Amino acid sequence: MPSSIPVSGTADMTRALSSARSPNKTSAFREILSTLWHDKVASLSAALLFIVLICVLLGPWLLADQARAVNLMARNAPPFSLSKGWLFILGADALGRSLLARIIVASQNTMLISASAVLLAMIVGGLLGLVAGYKGGWIAAVLLRLADAIMSFPSMLLAVIVLFVFDPGVTNVILVLAVSRIPIFLRTVRAEVLEIKERMFVTAARAMGAQTDRILLRHIAPMVLPTLINLAALEMAFVMLVESGLSFLGIGIQPPEVTWGLMVADGRNYLGSAWWLSFWPGVAIMLVTMALNLLSNWLRIATDPVERWRLQTTVGKND
Amino acid sequence: MTDKPLLEVKNLSIQFPSKRGTVHAVSDVSWSVRKGETLAILGESGSGKSVSASAILDLVDAPPAVISQGQILYKGRDLLKTPKDERRKINGKNISMIFQDPLAALNPVYPIGWQIAETLRVHGVDRQTAHARVIDLLTRVGIDDPERRAKQYPHQFSGGQRQRIMIASAIALEPDLLIADEPTSALDVTVQAQVLDLLKKLQAESGMGLVLITHDLGVVEKVADRVVVMQNGRVVESGEAATIMRSPTHPYTRKLLDAMPGRHGFTPQLAVATGALRPLIEVEHVSRVHGIAPGQEKPGGPKGIRAVDDANFTLKSGETLGIVGESGSGKSTLARMLLGLDAPTSGTIRFDGHDLNGMSAAETYKVRRRMQFVFQDPTASLNPRMTVGQIISEPFAIHPDVLPKTQWRERSIELLERVGLSPDHIDRHPHQFSGGQRQRIAIARALALQPEVIVCDEAVSALDVSIQAQVIDLLKNLRRDFGLSYIFIAHDLALVRDFATSVIVMYRGQIVEQGLTTQVYTDPQHDYTKRLLAASNDHLSSAA
Amino acid sequence: MGGFIFKRSMQSVFSLIALIILVFFLARLTGSPADLYLPQDASLEVRHQFNERLGFNDPMYVQFGRFFIGLLHFDMGESLQFSRPAVDVVLQAFPTTLMLAAITMPLVIVIAVITGSLAAFKPGGVFDRLASLISLIGASTPNFWVAIVGVLVFAVTLRVLPTSGTGTPLHWVLPVAVLTLRPTGVLVQVVRSSMITALSSAYVKTAKAKGVGSRAIIFVHALRNGLLPVITVASDQAAGIVNGAVIVETVFGFPGIGKLMIDSVMLRDFAVIQAAVLVTALAVFIINIVVDITYALVDPRIRYS
Repeated sequence: MPSSIPVSGTADMTRALSSARSPNKTSAFREILSTLWHDKVASLSAALLFIVLICVLLGPWLLADQARAVNLMARNAPPFSLSKGWLFILGADALGRSLLARIIVASQNTMLISASAVLLAMIVGGLLGLVAGYKGGWIAAVLLRLADAIMSFPSMLLAVIVLFVFDPGVTNVILVLAVSRIPIFLRTVRAEVLEIKERMFVTAARAMGAQTDRILLRHIAPMVLPTLINLAALEMAFVMLVESGLSFLGIGIQPPEVTWGLMVADGRNYLGSAWWLSFWPGVAIMLVTMALNLLSNWLRIATDPVERWRLQTTVGKND
Repeated sequence: MTDKPLLEVKNLSIQFPSKRGTVHAVSDVSWSVRKGETLAILGESGSGKSVSASAILDLVDAPPAVISQGQILYKGRDLLKTPKDERRKINGKNISMIFQDPLAALNPVYPIGWQIAETLRVHGVDRQTAHARVIDLLTRVGIDDPERRAKQYPHQFSGGQRQRIMIASAIALEPDLLIADEPTSALDVTVQAQVLDLLKKLQAESGMGLVLITHDLGVVEKVADRVVVMQNGRVVESGEAATIMRSPTHPYTRKLLDAMPGRHGFTPQLAVATGALRPLIEVEHVSRVHGIAPGQEKPGGPKGIRAVDDANFTLKSGETLGIVGESGSGKSTLARMLLGLDAPTSGTIRFDGHDLNGMSAAETYKVRRRMQFVFQDPTASLNPRMTVGQIISEPFAIHPDVLPKTQWRERSIELLERVGLSPDHIDRHPHQFSGGQRQRIAIARALALQPEVIVCDEAVSALDVSIQAQVIDLLKNLRRDFGLSYIFIAHDLALVRDFATSVIVMYRGQIVEQGLTTQVYTDPQHDYTKRLLAASNDHLSSAA
Repeated sequence: MGGFIFKRSMQSVFSLIALIILVFFLARLTGSPADLYLPQDASLEVRHQFNERLGFNDPMYVQFGRFFIGLLHFDMGESLQFSRPAVDVVLQAFPTTLMLAAITMPLVIVIAVITGSLAAFKPGGVFDRLASLISLIGASTPNFWVAIVGVLVFAVTLRVLPTSGTGTPLHWVLPVAVLTLRPTGVLVQVVRSSMITALSSAYVKTAKAKGVGSRAIIFVHALRNGLLPVITVASDQAAGIVNGAVIVETVFGFPGIGKLMIDSVMLRDFAVIQAAVLVTALAVFIINIVVDITYALVDPRIRYS
């Protein structure tokens, strides 16, 4: 049965319009930046995340003292007043420590823990998914069942029991978060690989005699990468929320380490008197999570040259 | 055949604004159709034929589209100025439309009887009457056992049946006008003929007007009274179908007609004598049975589905072997075995004496170089993330001992020019080219290792008619210049006749006929071959 | 269809067993399980006796056999804090969490389906953008923070809702509201994109050509197809409700499984933790089977393949 239908006419027409330009290598990066600029929402998110990155890198180094400095004059200072200096714009806690400074300093732990967990999950899950998708066989079947087992279970309960047995601490929290997210990377990468494996250009490469390593490296991996990056951004957001939740419950990061989640928990006792202690760290979590979610949408489009091109040509339906 | 037109499109223009400039999908288009008449709208992709017809039923989303001018007069009344809900009442009742891909066009989660009845219910018919009418309609369009089948789902029917179901739904309320948008393009050749016959029969019975949108000149010849030819959103020619087919005036129409293989008679394709001792490819008693591992088939053992059943043929150097068949014929399975993706369950495939499945990996690797492939879908067979240069030189990367890396780019440029593209295309990505150009890139890639055989698996099926002719010409030139042999798998009989020296006809996994092209076409032996030829373009079997 | 359900059930059973094995080995990996079960200040003597008595020094496979048989008899050890069988404790707390989930899930589905479908009808329009923004905020907000803010605003400042406890229906308003936030946010996005795909499909074009009205197009034609991928996501979210329940129950003092688990962690009552994990796993397993059945019922291609 003749299955392929001639390419959409309007798409052809637009191509005719665009052939006047001659794009080549250098413009790929510039194109990406220009799509970012045109998508205001994504730009904003990128800007916010950039600021957070600065805080993570420079925060503890610059503001560690201010975060710890006990300043009895500023005890329980409410926010929105600059009378004690710009550092106290978000208020201060019972010991007079600047909340803004503490939030900035805590950003390092919060982000690094989540980022490490996601990176670990991405690498392990990605590789396993690649193998499971391309080779298949009984290894893939076992991996998949295992992944399902972990995935179908509420990650927080899993974290609770693991952290109980192995004691909470930064390393263990990162490990348990990573392990609970490996399945989703595995599943997603595997699904992508399965789909790409059947595509004609892979068949063509095989027919030309290409070996497995070339196919995986040259054809499959580059196509999986955008999905992986997009998923990583989303997962980062989710892991941040879970870690904060665990810290809030007291079974995640323990003092003297501090994360935003812990700060919210600490402030819970002062809800009536100093609501800002719990409020602002939570806002920080929310803003970063939102920025990550928004950026991941844009990332998906930006890393695929075909999608990028499609983004620049809004055409109607087929003729 | 009254004088007043039933539907008249007057000076219609539709644009789609885009960030790269406005796309003029339809520019100042006018045509009309009368009661009882069949109008064909002929055009390739990008001609605007579907958009202009969709506008009649308010199926063009505006915004984002802009209908900048024109009128659509139905029985004198301008539809574009009619309020939306009144237009909705006309849809399905007075004017109906059927579409190209019946599997996608039917809702997969509702029974087909329900879907046909929906047309009736939406226009006020009560359930009881609707149900009775549905059974009646199904019988009329040729679906057996209508009571039972009305409760089944679209995926439980064949392609041809699904199109009949769509037709049933479209004629349910006896519309004045039926618009059919490429109704047969997604169907097998033999089924196409049946569906067209059905449409003609229904038209004769009810006297409705029929607008047939198509890119297939054969369809126009078969059923059209009048024809309108569209190119790039404009009407370039219109008039009586018979006249235009015989003597077109506009250059574009002439180009389309010339592109029809065999338009001016078929030249017998002769194999080039090369004096080679051995046949290049030998296929001996090859079968592939689904569900049984290669080499495991035992007589008297469990039987699977025989996708390919005892195929025997050879390809000699200098020959072009055409393999024709419809869906389920086994030609794709055969192609996969030639490609080395699947192994035969029994039998052997030999390339220059070497058993393709009996060699070591190193030997297979060397032998594979001499046989290359061009696939059906040029969009899918090129990695969208690689540049043209990388795509063409991939064979060199896979077989590094053929050409040193420093020469890759030079050679790629040579190949690009050979297939008719310009050297500055080398750093672009596939999506920046048209379908025909992409197929040329795929051919350039296939030529890279200077193979002896190129296997074309439906290589031109996804291209427009005029582009098809160009690509076939390219293949012919390459054949002449490099002494290439081809295995050309296709379903378009005219194309095969125009290109192949000998041909094989496959039906349900078996080769039912083989021989020199001219012979098979003028004097078919097997019943199926006769049916196939009859269902194709009329001029095919009668040409000299 | 029977074959499909059977195959999927077998897969779920495998997952369940994998989890049981995981939990089993988790406890015994730390060397001395007694450290988990007994209070911190128990002496070495007592720990050693404990290990002996409960057979923790026997070979692994013997232990596992005992464990598994115990499971089948619903015996998972005795709770330290309540001095009752752990299973009883867990099953007593279960209904509260179940109730939370049972109220939340339908709410989430109804809100998400309606909002997502209407947003998909005019992508890029005002409603769509608003819905996308609100769902994004919902999906990004840490639930414990919302819970606290909720308590602050509605209970402490405005005094319209109670701060904690389960007494009256009013007590359930805040917890359920907090619990719905994230799943709804996520599901609205999924419904929206799934419906956009469905609404741009060929069969919708056919329906328009037949003269079918917009409402029927969205809710009869598109919805049934658009829901298919949503069902899978919704079932994932259902399991995720437990995550949210842990937080909500802790903040609002609801005596459900979540709170039980956290308390047990604090009080080092491992038997209860273990029992809670296993009971939850069983519940998730049942949910998955129900979802698979629903999927097969809704999609005739699976029923008649």
